[in-house]
Amino acid sequence: MTHKLETKNITMKFGDEVIIQDISIAVDQGELVSLLGVSGSGKTTLFNCISGIYHPVSGSVILDGKDITGTTGHVSYMLQKDLLLPYKTIEDNVALPLVIRGMPKKQARLKAGELFEEFGLAGTEKKYPKQLSGGMRQRAALLRTYLFSDNVALLDEPFSALDTITKGKIHNWYLDVMEKIKLTTVFITHDINEAILLSDRVYIMTGKPGQIQKEIRIKRPRGERHEFDLTNEFMEYKREIMHLLEENRS
Amino acid sequence: MKRKSASITNKINSTIYPGLTILAILLLWECLSIFEIVPGYMLPSPQETVMAFVHDFPLLMSHLKVTLIETLVGTLTGISIGFLVACLMDRWDGAYKAMYPLIVLTQTIPAVAIAPLLVLWFGYQMMPKVILIVLITFFPIVIGVLDGFRSADQDAINLMRSMGASRWQIFRHIKFPDALPNFFSGLRITVAYAVVGAVLAEWLGGFAGLGVYMTRVKKSFAYDKMFAVIFLISIISLLLIWLVNVLQKRCMPWERVETETGDRRENL
Repeated sequence: MTHKLETKNITMKFGDEVIIQDISIAVDQGELVSLLGVSGSGKTTLFNCISGIYHPVSGSVILDGKDITGTTGHVSYMLQKDLLLPYKTIEDNVALPLVIRGMPKKQARLKAGELFEEFGLAGTEKKYPKQLSGGMRQRAALLRTYLFSDNVALLDEPFSALDTITKGKIHNWYLDVMEKIKLTTVFITHDINEAILLSDRVYIMTGKPGQIQKEIRIKRPRGERHEFDLTNEFMEYKREIMHLLEENRS
Repeated sequence: MKRKSASITNKINSTIYPGLTILAILLLWECLSIFEIVPGYMLPSPQETVMAFVHDFPLLMSHLKVTLIETLVGTLTGISIGFLVACLMDRWDGAYKAMYPLIVLTQTIPAVAIAPLLVLWFGYQMMPKVILIVLITFFPIVIGVLDGFRSADQDAINLMRSMGASRWQIFRHIKFPDALPNFFSGLRITVAYAVVGAVLAEWLGGFAGLGVYMTRVKKSFAYDKMFAVIFLISIISLLLIWLVNVLQKRCMPWERVETETGDRRENL
């Protein structure tokens, strides 16, 4: 069986400095995969290689069996900053990727509008970003990401700017939405809880240079993750990951 | 509710205080004239000024029309050229480097100094006035718009690029709206300057306009009429600034919406 997205032995250097080394990960259709690691372990560099902004020194990126190394426009991207444009309503912000692709504005709005309900954004269509809370803005940003490409989404610490309570709520929402839209995602985070809670598999990354230390499969089905973080099972995962990160610190 | 009534009191306060100050000054001025502390032929009383204004109203309006047309043509031309130049300078770094020092340099030449030259070159018609206004309005617009373009969020631009947006789409969706607030601040300064510029150019020669009228009444030592013109010029400047504010509110509806204060905010 071929994977949806695969990186094969990717190495990236800036000058003589090796940022990431020999990274191979694989993601299947509809899977949620996390890259967990401390800052500076090269997570974002790997993302930039996958999205084609950087061309890796060696290795390749395979999407649906095709080599897309160094080319942009195949996978969508979402950052910690929501980057919603303050002068556009939410529906226009969200529909922007469609408009850029040449779809007439009205049609783009209609198409985007169909998904507002599903993303828990109903009623915000005509509002401006500054009228929404941080959590709602990230929802809108994810919807925009999805409308750009329902292929593979790369999420770079999308929820790390939110406060703990909002974060808890948005995690539940995220699992919900992913269940419905079945988007394949790679999720960067430095939050161990978030990684365990939101993933089918977690890749532990350590630096420097950035390497994949281990791959951990979270066995509990995504549909049964309610209050998962209060269970012993969760704590076992967490302990294992913390030891791994600790061992590789020096 | 509380917030609403507070904002109304605020509004009333912000009208009452300056209103009272102006009234006090007018009263003081009136007293100066009535008790002849300053002789009447040097400082006309507010009352006399208003009388002169009413008496000369049709004449003032005919001159005002000329000045306003000059201001409008000059400002619109200045804005268009300024905007175009800003776009060029943003698009090509070479153009930026080549033109930026030159544009700053032109601002070191005082308008008062070139105005007589313009009259000598272009005569007593509308041309020298319009050119002077273009020179005055051009600078705040170029600098304002250019800064707006340059302060556009680079991450947002990168995101647009990753979605495959063209240069034009990035301009239309990000750079242009980002430059609007700066454009309007520039425009606000500009319109007030433009009226002054027009009057200044008219002083130096012309057949009609508020500046021409001013030099005429000055020669006949009609101080009350001079005050009436000054009064009219500041009213016109205020009106134009108000107009820019209205236009800005129209063009930037997102500025007016309630921000994330309490109840209006959508909670997760």
